[in-house]
Amino acid sequence: MLTVTNLSVSYGAINAVDGVSFAVPAGAIVTLIGGNGAGKTTTLRALSGLLRARGGSVTFDSADITRLPPHEIVACGLGHVPEGRMIFANLTVDENLAMGAYLQRDRQRIAESRDYVFGIFPRLAERLRQSAGTLSGGEQQMLAIGRALMGRPKFLMLDEPSLGLAPRLVGTIFDQIQEINRSHGLTILLVEQNARLALEVSSHAHVLETGRIVISGPSTELRTDPRLKTAYLG
Amino acid sequence: MTEFLQQLVNGLSLGAIYALIALGYTMVYGVLRFINFAHSEVFMVGAMIAWKLGQYLPNGTLWGGLVVLAAAMAGCAVLGVTIERLVYRPLRGTATLNVLITAIGVSLLLQSVFQHPRVFGATPQLFPAVFPSKNFTFGGLAISSNQLVVITVAALLIVVLQLVIFRTRMGRAMRAVALNPSAAQLVGVNLNAVISFTFALGSALAGAGGVLYALNYPSVEPLMGVMPGLKAFVAAVLGGIGSIPGAALGGLILGTIETLVGGSATLSTYKDAIAFAVLIFILLCRPTGLLGRAATEKV
Ligand SMILES: Nc1ncnc2c1ncn2[C@@H]1O[C@H](COP(=O)(O)OP(=O)(O)OP(=O)(O)O)[C@@H](O)[C@H]1O
Ligand SMILES: [Mg+2]
Repeated sequence: MLTVTNLSVSYGAINAVDGVSFAVPAGAIVTLIGGNGAGKTTTLRALSGLLRARGGSVTFDSADITRLPPHEIVACGLGHVPEGRMIFANLTVDENLAMGAYLQRDRQRIAESRDYVFGIFPRLAERLRQSAGTLSGGEQQMLAIGRALMGRPKFLMLDEPSLGLAPRLVGTIFDQIQEINRSHGLTILLVEQNARLALEVSSHAHVLETGRIVISGPSTELRTDPRLKTAYLG
Repeated sequence: MTEFLQQLVNGLSLGAIYALIALGYTMVYGVLRFINFAHSEVFMVGAMIAWKLGQYLPNGTLWGGLVVLAAAMAGCAVLGVTIERLVYRPLRGTATLNVLITAIGVSLLLQSVFQHPRVFGATPQLFPAVFPSKNFTFGGLAISSNQLVVITVAALLIVVLQLVIFRTRMGRAMRAVALNPSAAQLVGVNLNAVISFTFALGSALAGAGGVLYALNYPSVEPLMGVMPGLKAFVAAVLGGIGSIPGAALGGLILGTIETLVGGSATLSTYKDAIAFAVLIFILLCRPTGLLGRAATEKV
């Protein structure tokens, strides 16, 4: 579904992502793991067009999306839950969800998406009129995911959904991510620092270090890989 | 008392013009986080378009006035969008200071172009009475039809602006970009379209402001934008930069204070000083302006 070939992204003279290649097959959950500053967020931002690739290409559903602006990439069916959630803090929960459906024109379908999101995160339904900035961290993460789902993506990228959440909430969020993948066949690219968790839910994993993929393989194998053990699974 | 009410009416009509200009500063700041210093020259160009067109249309008719007003607004919208497209967009992503200095450059460029004798020249010219002019008296209050035009047009435009921002898809997109440009793009908002639209809207309002200002003065010249532009910028900061109701309120307050102080024989020479002192005082008490919000940093 998504194929990344030799992707390079730089900030001025710094090469944050340096010749990364991987593929995400339809229906799969694939994860990118790596420590701070490895280039995970940079990769996702380049995939959704927020950053311009210096080299390489990205194809999505066999269309070249490398040079498309973000709104056209979203229109292709690529959703992105960004690092730090980036919800619209001054808008209500309801308005945030409505913004998520910005490109959707069919009211019926929007209503269905809302029901679907409330089914996954009932907490959001209870807080519709609350200003999003006053939600707890976990609720904000639910809102960020819900907002992305309102856009009816075929492919969803999640950037560290576990960041700053209590362990129990992390469990809930990850259960829901798997559920979204199973019930709707939504393809997922998951970025995580929590390698143990990421390897549990994904089928394939790629380990990023200073902008390059250093290890790739089926998640079941990487779980016991000695190279990961020391650095990421501690 | 009548004297006070009279000054209040005069102040409101001046304030309404400041408000129209201030809205452009605040909207552009909202989406791009920079002050478009060329905005005051867009205001000037609006008055110039109206001045030129007023020479060809029959004066003193309502339809003629409205045509002139609409043409100035449309011309300014095109000018604003063009400036953004040609000058600010290539600089987007570089340091804000670069863009600010460039904006001052655009401002000086437009002034110089209009000072060229082939274009306009440096001498002020009489602005034609494009709207019907009559004077009404209510009790002891003298109100000119021009003041009525100013207040009505400004009020209508502000209402329309509110509807655009809160009731249309593009308005929603503008608000989303103002809150978080990356997040807005990730839900499918076309950033460049929103920015162009914002410049069109803000510049059209400045154009309307230019016509209304020239109507009351009544003269035009290439540097006419400088002081009203500065005052409107102050009004936008006073109301809370980035806040649309704030810009409208700031404009009204500044215009009213300026006129009230200007109307008093002893203080009139200090009217600008007092207006700015009020600004400093309000900002000391409320650093984010009257209706501004503390910037919520993106985490
Ligand atoms: N806007 C920027 N300007 C300059 N350098 C940047 C910028 N954003 C990121 N970088 C650098 O690029 C590298 C990769 O950053 P990135 O945010 O992609 O890392 P990450 O893998 O997401 O890390 P984390 O797990 O901490 O979020 C880092 O060295 C970072 O300092
Ligand atoms: Mg990151």
